[in-house]
Amino acid sequence: MTGKNRDNYNKNYIAYVNSFNPPTQHFKNCFRAFIVGGGICCIGQFLRGIFESAFGLYGDELAAAVSIGLIFLGTLLTGLGVYDRIGRYAGAGSIVPITGFANSVASPAIEFKTEGLVYGLAAKMFIVAGPIIVYGVLAGTIVGMIYLLL
Amino acid sequence: MQTIFFKNKPRMIATGSIAGPKECEGVVGKYVDKTLLDDMFGESTYEKAECKMLTYAISKTIENAGMDEKQVDMLISGDLLNQIISASFAARDFDFPFLGVYGACSTLAESYALAATLVDGGYAKKVVAATGSHFSSAERQYRYPLELGNTRPPQAQWTVTGAGGAFIADMGSVNDGQNYPAITCATIGKVVDFGVTDVNNMGAAMAPAAADTILNHLRDTGRKADYYDLIITGDLGALGSRILKDLTWEKGVEIRENHVDCGEIVYNVIEDEFQGGSGAGCSAVVFNSYIYDKLRKRELNKVLLCATGALLSTVSSGQGESIPCICHAVAIENS
Repeated sequence: MTGKNRDNYNKNYIAYVNSFNPPTQHFKNCFRAFIVGGGICCIGQFLRGIFESAFGLYGDELAAAVSIGLIFLGTLLTGLGVYDRIGRYAGAGSIVPITGFANSVASPAIEFKTEGLVYGLAAKMFIVAGPIIVYGVLAGTIVGMIYLLL
Repeated sequence: MQTIFFKNKPRMIATGSIAGPKECEGVVGKYVDKTLLDDMFGESTYEKAECKMLTYAISKTIENAGMDEKQVDMLISGDLLNQIISASFAARDFDFPFLGVYGACSTLAESYALAATLVDGGYAKKVVAATGSHFSSAERQYRYPLELGNTRPPQAQWTVTGAGGAFIADMGSVNDGQNYPAITCATIGKVVDFGVTDVNNMGAAMAPAAADTILNHLRDTGRKADYYDLIITGDLGALGSRILKDLTWEKGVEIRENHVDCGEIVYNVIEDEFQGGSGAGCSAVVFNSYIYDKLRKRELNKVLLCATGALLSTVSSGQGESIPCICHAVAIENS
């Protein structure tokens, strides 16, 4: 079972193990993601309406105010320990919107606070969001170049 | 030959255990020495809470054995955190020699095997072996921050919050007329790797190691699987247990009747835990409370404890390595 014959056994074993994998429930997952993700967008739209009518914001300022509002809500719910529960239910529905990004920054910040404010909280704050920023900027640059050339 | 036979039959004279709120809702709830209402255990961090649980398990074990700390010759302990800080920091509070061991979730069986070896050889008379784990500290080290809203895959297991230990002593040094369960032999496992790379499917990664150790144990001892009232694995979970039964059956050994997995039975309701419990604390809590109680009441007389461990780190899995696993078996029998 160990040693030289491992390579042959591995493939059979991995195939055997994979046969146990429960099928992913695409419809259920998509439905939940749609409802929760759509709900978050509705809240965004609601905020937009409020900021527009009550504060007279428009254009870029309005968009920024809505983002700030959603980030605040995402962070608040993370701090209250609610967002991870929503995430467990909704999957991509709560990861993809900007609130998910807020959650990915706030959750390590809370977690690593115990290792100090500099090397813990501040340094570890971007362990989840860091890759999103790096590859987001990279993808944005590539798309921008293509757009420029076209 | 992978099996060590203990001629002098070191005795397991007492155990001590502590578990978190979620664990105590399950089968171990009635048997543990202390149930935590709050998984922080009054500490400021999860790591400190884990260390405090382990400290509690060690002192409670000594207390349950009716011994004094001065009488203990050695502490053998380990845990899941980097540089086994919980065990070392717990040992800081005690005035006896300490051996830190690491075998991931197999640490309990490894500690028992080493303790029994020391006692059997006459090098120590009274040894405490204990391990523990904490869901939140393990999650932090191996996976994602607790508050991150990610989904858990269906193969995932839930690290047990708890700690447990046993007092292993030479029979001559106890002599109170009671007949304690004895550690009769131990099979030291080989590292087995079938190439599973999915860190969320520990059961599938560890099952071949468990099968290897159990088969070698039965071969070395010449025993049949039904010799044991119970063959108890550490934390294979529901899926891993199923694979283990298939793997041993393939080799002509039927353990369906008497196999139980600590991870599979530790939680009452399987919701977020999916396949069941895992972690060094899983076998430590279940064996040192529930199973030991059954042994003492002679509802079980021959138990083979096979704690399994996945010997990976976040670095090795990040570099695409598969998961090497190990399983040590310890036979605990009433005479």
